[in-house]
Amino acid sequence: SSGSSVNIHASYLLMSVLHRNEDLREMLESTKESLKLEAMKRIVGLIARGKNASELFPAVVKNVASKNIELKKLVYVYLVRYAEEQQDLALLSISTFQRALKDPNQLIRASALRVLSSIRVPIIVPIMMLAIKEAATDLSPYVRKTAAHAIQKLYSLDADQKEQLIEVIEKLLKDKSTLVAGSVVMAFEEVCPDRIDLIHKNYRKLCNLLVDVEEWGQVVIISMLTRYARTQFISPWKEDGIFDENSEQAFYESDEEKLGTPQSKPYIMDPDHRLLLRNTKPLLQSRNTAVVMSVAQLYWHLAPKQEVGVITKSLVRLLRSHREVQYIVLQNIATMSIQQKGIFEPFMKSFYVRSTDPTHIKTLKLEILTNLANEANISTILREFQTYVKSQDKAFAAATIQAIGRCATNITDVTDTCLNGLVLLLSNRDETVVAESVVVIKKLLQTQPTQHSEIIKHMAKLFDNITVPMARASILWLIGEYCERVPKIAPDVLRKMAKTFTVEEDIVKLQTVNLAAKLYLTNSKQTKLLTQYILNLGKYDQSYDIRDRTRFIRQLIVPNEKSGALSKYARRILLASKPAPMLESTFKDRDRFQLGTLSHTINSKATGYLELSDWPTAAPDSSVRNVEVMEPVKKEISWTFGAASECHVKEWVPSMGKTKPLKSDDKFYSDSGEEEGAGEEGTGSSSEDSSSSSSSSSSNEESDSESEDKNSKHSEETDSSQSDKSSGHSDKKKADKKKRLQLKKKAKKAAPKERYQMHRPPTHHPLTQELWNLRTFTPKMVSSPVFVPMSSHELLHRMTGKGLAAQYHFPRQPCIYGNKMVSVQLTLTNSSDHTLEDISIGEKTSSGQNIHRFSSIERLEPGASVTVSMGIDFNDSTQAANFQLCTKEDQFSVSIQPVVGELFLPVTMTEQDFRKEQGKLQGMNETSATITMAPENTSNQALSKKMVSVANMGVVPTGEDSLYRFAAKSVSSGDLVLVSVDLTDSSSGRLTINTEKTVIGSMLLRDLKTALAQP
Amino acid sequence: MIHSLFLVNSSGDIFLEKHWKSVVSRSVCDYFFEAQERASEPENVPPVIPTPHHYLISVLRHRIYFVAVIQSEVPPLFVIEFLHRVVDTFQDYFGLCTEAAIKDNVVVVYELLEEMLDNGFPLATESNILKELIKPPTILRTVVNTITGSTNVGEQLPTGQLSVVPWRRTGVKYTNNEAYFDVVEEIDAIIDKSGSTITAEIQGVIDACVKLTGMPDLTLSFMNPRLLDDVSFHPCVRFKRWEAERILSFIPPDGNFRLLSYHVSSQNLVAIPVYVKHNITFREGSSQGRFELTLGPKQTMGKAVESVLVSSQLPRGVLNANLNASQGTYTFDPVTKLLTWDVGKINPQKLPSLKGSMSLQAGASKPDENPTIIIQFKIQQMAISGLKVNRLDMYGEKYKPFKGIKYMTKAGKFQTGMQRPHVSCVKA
Repeated sequence: SSGSSVNIHASYLLMSVLHRNEDLREMLESTKESLKLEAMKRIVGLIARGKNASELFPAVVKNVASKNIELKKLVYVYLVRYAEEQQDLALLSISTFQRALKDPNQLIRASALRVLSSIRVPIIVPIMMLAIKEAATDLSPYVRKTAAHAIQKLYSLDADQKEQLIEVIEKLLKDKSTLVAGSVVMAFEEVCPDRIDLIHKNYRKLCNLLVDVEEWGQVVIISMLTRYARTQFISPWKEDGIFDENSEQAFYESDEEKLGTPQSKPYIMDPDHRLLLRNTKPLLQSRNTAVVMSVAQLYWHLAPKQEVGVITKSLVRLLRSHREVQYIVLQNIATMSIQQKGIFEPFMKSFYVRSTDPTHIKTLKLEILTNLANEANISTILREFQTYVKSQDKAFAAATIQAIGRCATNITDVTDTCLNGLVLLLSNRDETVVAESVVVIKKLLQTQPTQHSEIIKHMAKLFDNITVPMARASILWLIGEYCERVPKIAPDVLRKMAKTFTVEEDIVKLQTVNLAAKLYLTNSKQTKLLTQYILNLGKYDQSYDIRDRTRFIRQLIVPNEKSGALSKYARRILLASKPAPMLESTFKDRDRFQLGTLSHTINSKATGYLELSDWPTAAPDSSVRNVEVMEPVKKEISWTFGAASECHVKEWVPSMGKTKPLKSDDKFYSDSGEEEGAGEEGTGSSSEDSSSSSSSSSSNEESDSESEDKNSKHSEETDSSQSDKSSGHSDKKKADKKKRLQLKKKAKKAAPKERYQMHRPPTHHPLTQELWNLRTFTPKMVSSPVFVPMSSHELLHRMTGKGLAAQYHFPRQPCIYGNKMVSVQLTLTNSSDHTLEDISIGEKTSSGQNIHRFSSIERLEPGASVTVSMGIDFNDSTQAANFQLCTKEDQFSVSIQPVVGELFLPVTMTEQDFRKEQGKLQGMNETSATITMAPENTSNQALSKKMVSVANMGVVPTGEDSLYRFAAKSVSSGDLVLVSVDLTDSSSGRLTINTEKTVIGSMLLRDLKTALAQP
Repeated sequence: MIHSLFLVNSSGDIFLEKHWKSVVSRSVCDYFFEAQERASEPENVPPVIPTPHHYLISVLRHRIYFVAVIQSEVPPLFVIEFLHRVVDTFQDYFGLCTEAAIKDNVVVVYELLEEMLDNGFPLATESNILKELIKPPTILRTVVNTITGSTNVGEQLPTGQLSVVPWRRTGVKYTNNEAYFDVVEEIDAIIDKSGSTITAEIQGVIDACVKLTGMPDLTLSFMNPRLLDDVSFHPCVRFKRWEAERILSFIPPDGNFRLLSYHVSSQNLVAIPVYVKHNITFREGSSQGRFELTLGPKQTMGKAVESVLVSSQLPRGVLNANLNASQGTYTFDPVTKLLTWDVGKINPQKLPSLKGSMSLQAGASKPDENPTIIIQFKIQQMAISGLKVNRLDMYGEKYKPFKGIKYMTKAGKFQTGMQRPHVSCVKA
């Protein structure tokens, strides 16, 4: 009867389930949207709880094309969950997605691709492939990102598509969007991680984009680049490094290296290797712990040993994070601290254990503290360990005792101290502590087989009170091993054991048999009977092991006619001196895994783990990466942390935002616009190739002027629609997102042109050439101006200009129109009573300067003013640039004469670099003068301020009090200008300028001298 | 990367599951439950558990285990960081991240998880973007939604994914423009019984609540930026500007966010704002023990020490404690042996004390006399490191925002009481 009641109950349940789902089906089929939504919400609730709702598939799939976004999304959730089980029905929805893939809204396209690719139905593989290929060329980076994700989905559904998918990956790797980079590298890692060749051409781009990629993408890219670098660059680790001495393998490797490369040749790091290290370093400051860890492992695996130290502070910072984060980070530190304890030693206190730490964190900290122990800090560490031994967490206390044992073996100075401390612990109240101490003492005594009979005696006395089998066994072993040192006690212990033999644990029994055997060999007179008694007990023991051992021992030690040759050697076998056990860190061999990986954490190779290769002995061809030589420009663009950089482009050229009208925006998104862009890119990269192969080629110049033409045409076409919007300087910040997008585009367009210029040597002067080469090695970055004077100069008076007034100002920002240009800001004001139209710079310029004109201003209302920016290449001379300012009716000749200080861009460099560069610019390249200073200028700050207000220079930090250094480069030729002021007393000193540009050097000297003399 | 997610409560029930690739049976969690059983405390479950076919990576927060199922090599921190981000998002959306809150909002939870991960790879994790995609539930909206049948999902598609400022939504408008910054510092310290500091360090954060119209560009400068030894930033902060000028320059996200976390250079001596005197004695053979504990302020620059809470794990042998608190209330849990004393504010004129006797298990050996004492406290209007914000400027927008800066100091991991041997008594 109970069976039937169960049946009834079950069928009732089934009915109720069916009933409820029937209910939902009705709701889904109703015409009311709210009912459908309610039903879907309840269904999602079922899915979330892991309940089966698959029989509702037909009713749900009907709503896939719903207009209601939330309803549609919930249907998507359902579809992705059940499509695999209901393949035929799932196909009903495919056409909806195919349609949505063509939607004008990029987010609808993206979401359609997301769902379509998540439906794991093999029949639609061709459709997915097609959709991915199409989406990979979509204009929206967001859709392309989704395509990158879809690649992995399709690959896991059908691995046969690999070749086609690699083609898509190859295409997407070329993508310049920061949105796509992380996702496509992820796809690369899943589908074809061995195709390192696909990375070559994108390597520098990835390095440069890295700071602007979203956090998750950064992790993936950094880990891929780590692997890449290990195959492409030679080891930066010196053969005689601290690192190699304890690794045999490295020793042999270095031998090979010596063979491969002549010893005399100094190591020079590949600039690409340096680029990676430099561009990842700021990410140590990321809030994302995974990013920080990935940079740390990159430095660990790729940086020269003396540079690895930069990661420690950041890793220690992560210890403040959640306990799971701590766990992973501590594991990695544990591995690192074995090889390079030096970098963590200053942070030793950060690894002190807190009573609130979970046990696995405590043990890891203990591990690290033990690794860090050395002669200098051991007493502090042991003191700390003593508190840990008292911990209520007994597992941890036991681990601490093990750690003390390790310290004792590693640092011979404290072996005795530790041993004595451990002996004291033998009288601890807690048995686990005592037991662990016994075990550790046993190991220690083995490593120090000298006069330790006192300790052994002490332990023998304790023996009666110790009940933990492992500890008892250890004591018995010790007494047996050193029985000749305690000749009186040993037989007595054996006597006691004979009494309790039957109730002991197996390990204790085994050691008793051992002890008996050893005593029989050394002191058979006293122990013969005892031994025989024990061997008899063992013979009838319940355990196989004990019986076996007993039989073996008896044959070995008791000579009889049957015993073979072995018994002669019994003494040598049993009482051989035994190698001391090694007390080693459990993290000793963990470094066979790349740090930060899952495999490292679990200490075994995880599925899909990609090995880090050894450094190649000879560097592979580095020219494979030559495609885009964009560092000089990129460095400046990405001087911000994170994607904020684009906003800074805006700051350089305040009025740029306004010059970009909305109209061209559509064009950017339209097909034609993109095609054009792609075409440009194509030609761009091909000419870049040629530029890198031959130092100067006329084709460069051609494409140069071509693109410039295009630029100016572009702006002329488009500036008509915006002048009414622009109503002043402050407006620039209001520039909306689209404008910024435009700006970015614009900046990028400007970039290739600059690239050529940067790479064409300014002159063929051999020294300049050399300097240029140097420049690519020493990090000398153009920095932001230290000081921007607010003063503006008059360009056109309103009386002369018939109402049009113009003033100019040097914003001291790198000019985005060309890196040989000085950027100039013009403020145009209409002080007449009528509207001025078509304000622009006339075609005719008298002097030879290259001028980038501002886009013409369509209308300027009375009283209104507008700020525009332009670029002028002054050719590093103070010769005035003459040009004409035109309105619809009039033309006015104006000229801008720069003061010499505006022809520079500030450069940041270290004191060391400064001295190095200064050394190269001696003799005729040096000008100097004695200066007298106004008393106001003698203070540290005032002097610097004065100097940077006269000339746009960067301040070089110095270690000396009375020495001031400033560095800049001339805008046009890029030559360094180094200024130093050496104060001899409070009011006078020596001003020295080192530069190849001797003319502007002496002009600058004059200007500075005058300025310093004035209050 | 992340295959599936299971949410497990403290009693070991899976109350939510979500799969991003094909479905993984929930029986995979059995390995997790085994580890959970082995662990003496909930925190002791290892964060990474290998199983024959999968790897389980979990975080524990608000007494919920978030267990991610992984199938192949992935940096474990990647998963851990993401899971914490999920918890933060839930907390942001529902105020609390409890089992009840998640169950009540299961649809929103599902929608969020769907947006946060695509094929196991993070897609949208910025709160500004998520909030545009999925509106956080409010009581009003829930009511309105039920009546009108309208939805949580944003009608407008988000712009953020395409913005160059991916952490900030566009079109932000407020009638009152405000920017608040909280400088919160925590002192982590281990102090020994005699009152000398074993280790002490200050960690700080600047949490911001910025409600400003448009695209404001903010700069925040400090009087004494040199105090900051190690920093980590929200992605909005321009790193190079910080490197060059020690100024925080950023376009903020809309709403609440953590601008900066910092560590105060360890060269600076850390002022310890409270001291504890305690005397716990047990006599051999007696079933009684004495307990005495007094708290006092120290180096607080005249600011009051508030919300003081003292807790200590008494030795196992203690059966009960009969104490007398001069202020506040104390509780002793005879099962866990945890003594907690909610002190409140410390009055420097009348120092709070807790005194009385403890009864011990008969026949037990003399317990350890130096249990660890953990102290929590708060000090308003003071950053213990002395860090001071110099000024906050806004560029890019014309209105005048209301600006506010608040300082607070808290105890982080602040423990005292353990006796540290001064003279190495290992020397026998």
